[in-house]
Amino acid sequence: MSITVENRPEEKRVPPTAEQTTCDHCGEVCEQELVAFRDKHFCCVGCKTVYEILSDNQLETFYQLEEKPGQQLRGRAMEDYAWLEEEEAITKLVDYRDEQVLKVTLHLPQIHCTSCVWLLEHLYRLDEGVMRSQVNFLAREAYIQIDPRKLSLRQLVEMLARIGYSPRLQLDKLNEEKAAPIDRTFSYQLGVAGFAFGNIMLLSFPEYLGLQETTFQRWFGYLNIFLSIPVVVFSARSYWQSAWHSIKQYQLNIDVPISLGVGVLFLRSVFEIISHSGAGYLDSLAGLVFFLLVGRWFQQRTYNHLSFERNYKSYFPIAVLREERDRSWKSVTLDELQVGDVVRVQHNGLLPADGILVSGDARLDYSFVTGEADPIRKDLGEQVFAGGRQTGGKIDVCLTKTVSQSYLTQLWNDEAFSKDYSTGSSQMLTRVGKYFTPTVLLIACSTIAYWWPIDHRIALQAFTAVLIIACPCALALSVPFTLGNALRLLGKHGVYFKNTAVLEAMYGIDTVVFDKTGTLTERSDKLGLGYDFPLTAQQQRAIKSLTAQSEHPISQRLHAEWPTIETVEPTDFVEVVGKGISANVEGQMVYIGSPAFFQETVLAPGTWAKIDDTLIGPFQVQHTYRKGVGEMLNNWSRHYDLFLLSGDNDAARSELKRYFPADQLHFGQSPHDKLAFVKNLQGEGRKVLMIGDGLNDAGALQQSEVGMVVTEDVNNFTPACDIILSSRQFADLQQVSRYGKATIKVVYLAFVLAFIYNVIGLSFAVQGLLSPLIAAILMPLSSITIAVVGVLGSSWLFRRFLEG
Amino acid sequence: MNVIFFLILLSLLVAVGFLAAFFWAVRSGQYDDEYTPSVRMLFDDQVTKDNNQL
Repeated sequence: MSITVENRPEEKRVPPTAEQTTCDHCGEVCEQELVAFRDKHFCCVGCKTVYEILSDNQLETFYQLEEKPGQQLRGRAMEDYAWLEEEEAITKLVDYRDEQVLKVTLHLPQIHCTSCVWLLEHLYRLDEGVMRSQVNFLAREAYIQIDPRKLSLRQLVEMLARIGYSPRLQLDKLNEEKAAPIDRTFSYQLGVAGFAFGNIMLLSFPEYLGLQETTFQRWFGYLNIFLSIPVVVFSARSYWQSAWHSIKQYQLNIDVPISLGVGVLFLRSVFEIISHSGAGYLDSLAGLVFFLLVGRWFQQRTYNHLSFERNYKSYFPIAVLREERDRSWKSVTLDELQVGDVVRVQHNGLLPADGILVSGDARLDYSFVTGEADPIRKDLGEQVFAGGRQTGGKIDVCLTKTVSQSYLTQLWNDEAFSKDYSTGSSQMLTRVGKYFTPTVLLIACSTIAYWWPIDHRIALQAFTAVLIIACPCALALSVPFTLGNALRLLGKHGVYFKNTAVLEAMYGIDTVVFDKTGTLTERSDKLGLGYDFPLTAQQQRAIKSLTAQSEHPISQRLHAEWPTIETVEPTDFVEVVGKGISANVEGQMVYIGSPAFFQETVLAPGTWAKIDDTLIGPFQVQHTYRKGVGEMLNNWSRHYDLFLLSGDNDAARSELKRYFPADQLHFGQSPHDKLAFVKNLQGEGRKVLMIGDGLNDAGALQQSEVGMVVTEDVNNFTPACDIILSSRQFADLQQVSRYGKATIKVVYLAFVLAFIYNVIGLSFAVQGLLSPLIAAILMPLSSITIAVVGVLGSSWLFRRFLEG
Repeated sequence: MNVIFFLILLSLLVAVGFLAAFFWAVRSGQYDDEYTPSVRMLFDDQVTKDNNQL
């Protein structure tokens, strides 16, 4: 490894100055410290180290491509990757390996700019063991080939972590199916349809111009049949399949008339061309399939870097330290854990399964799992549950359950998770299809019944013409173009919908269920401490210096309260577990802790400090509500029935009463309670939108009609859901829902337009007057009108609702 | 007028050629990542200090 880092004489730590300096690596304001190195300034040693590694390896281009492109490293602890030495783990992770080469695809959520791409594709300059590295920016993935004789997988991962790109290695990565080869059938189908459309139009030109040169036209006709066969058989395959599937279930979806139209178009055209009675409608046929596929392509908007399907396995780490028979500690993957194993969880580590605490001081933060803001203390011998994040020192836990059988993970055994809800197909089109298809068949049958006694030939012509012109191509295009465009715009705005069907489902919502912690309020790890009394700079320094010694979350919050204050090194530091801490700071005795820590009898709840004999307090954890929450709740309470389900205690009840009816506030809810609650609401016939953030909402999110997750960083873990909302857009939520409703109205407008075209076409068809020319004009014209109305309408509404 | 047949055949042949090129492009993965190549092509190949010494 060419990365060697030692302290160099150039490095200098200087106290942060009053003027704001931003870190030359990550661009963050240097609040807590300022590290000067060569001619640059950094917010922490981590950032400086990365700069040093890069500049020593001639990788300074990283800093030239983008302004301060680095990842902030402050407060990020290096993970233990020892388990990456295990043969079994390596085999499960890599794409391919032999003696000379190892290929692996790593998900690096920190990739965010051009510099990242450049750096990760120049990894070979950091270590000659890297043979090749290629980045897929949208998927946030790097495809890396290494020479296992020079660089092990563990060394590679550690090198990436050191420069700020820790690969996402969670439990799900272990059980992941080896990536299936990408299905590119759709691209081929689209290509074939486009190719045939263009060429058939060209060969149909004599027909459009009304030329009477028959020899060409006959040959052109045969060529057209030849060109259209792949369109019918290959490009339109998914429509045939969908229609057949729907008929088998005794339903008539929108693909039935489409398939019928395509089939009749083809058969009648072939008949006309072979019998020399006409030119056929093959140009319309190819165009129809082509436009339908373009619509589908427009609708398929996948957010490569987001996943809407995650479960607890994407949250849990992949490995944990386990005590072996010979009392040594070995890093093993979670699927190997058995009941009775003793595992060790370090500071900031996640407890992977239920067990009994056997050693250490457990202070488990369950905020992401239960919604409770404060860490929970456990004594030796007490039961601890999976999903808690240990804060403080290390603990050892003897497992009583395996990972998949633990209390939390059992939530995923609920039937809600086995149901396949969203097929992504449009409910609106299915509803319209239910009436549309029988109507068309009825008109077609009446036409043939009317003409048959008069003229058999006209009767057959009119019958097929009805089926051709009624083919709901324009109708089927309204949803993909309007809603597909809306989804794209919303995605740019930080609101990510899983598919267009979710936007439709939003329209029917009448009940909204909120989670509190992390959804209405900021995430608990971002909570500040509030106090309403003045503090002198000296008191602040005393408190900050003492709290620097403790890893307790309250201490860390207090420590972060005064960023510009300098700290000193205290002496005689003492920590009384579960109560408080004390030390001598600059000759003064300083105590910080809960009321029980002090001899004083009457103290308000919260955290108190005592400097010499002066009592200061209380400092209380503040739930900061997200910006715009009040306004949004007030507005929504007029349109929806609002409920609140919180895993936390009911301290915030009085405040929330302003927005929610008193009997619709529920506190102390377990993940299982939340799921059952949503089920109950649905039992009353309600359509539920669940808005949550954590694992504790996973069941309710899955059960509800629409599940929305609020997240600070869309690349972080989010439980399975339908919508991912960046927390910056939370205040816009009501505008988003209004916009969603307005776009549905645009779709209805497009429906009306499509019907008008259909009626015009049908009026020709029932009279037996539909010429190939009229069909060739009407079909593309209607499709293009619908596409343009859909795209322009949804864009205009977006500007009106979300950019105004 | 037989030249028309020849021209039609020729134009179809050209079009088939383009279709084949499209198939090749899809198959070789050019449409799998539609963003990163646009960034990558802007990187300059700069000479490293090591190379300068050689």
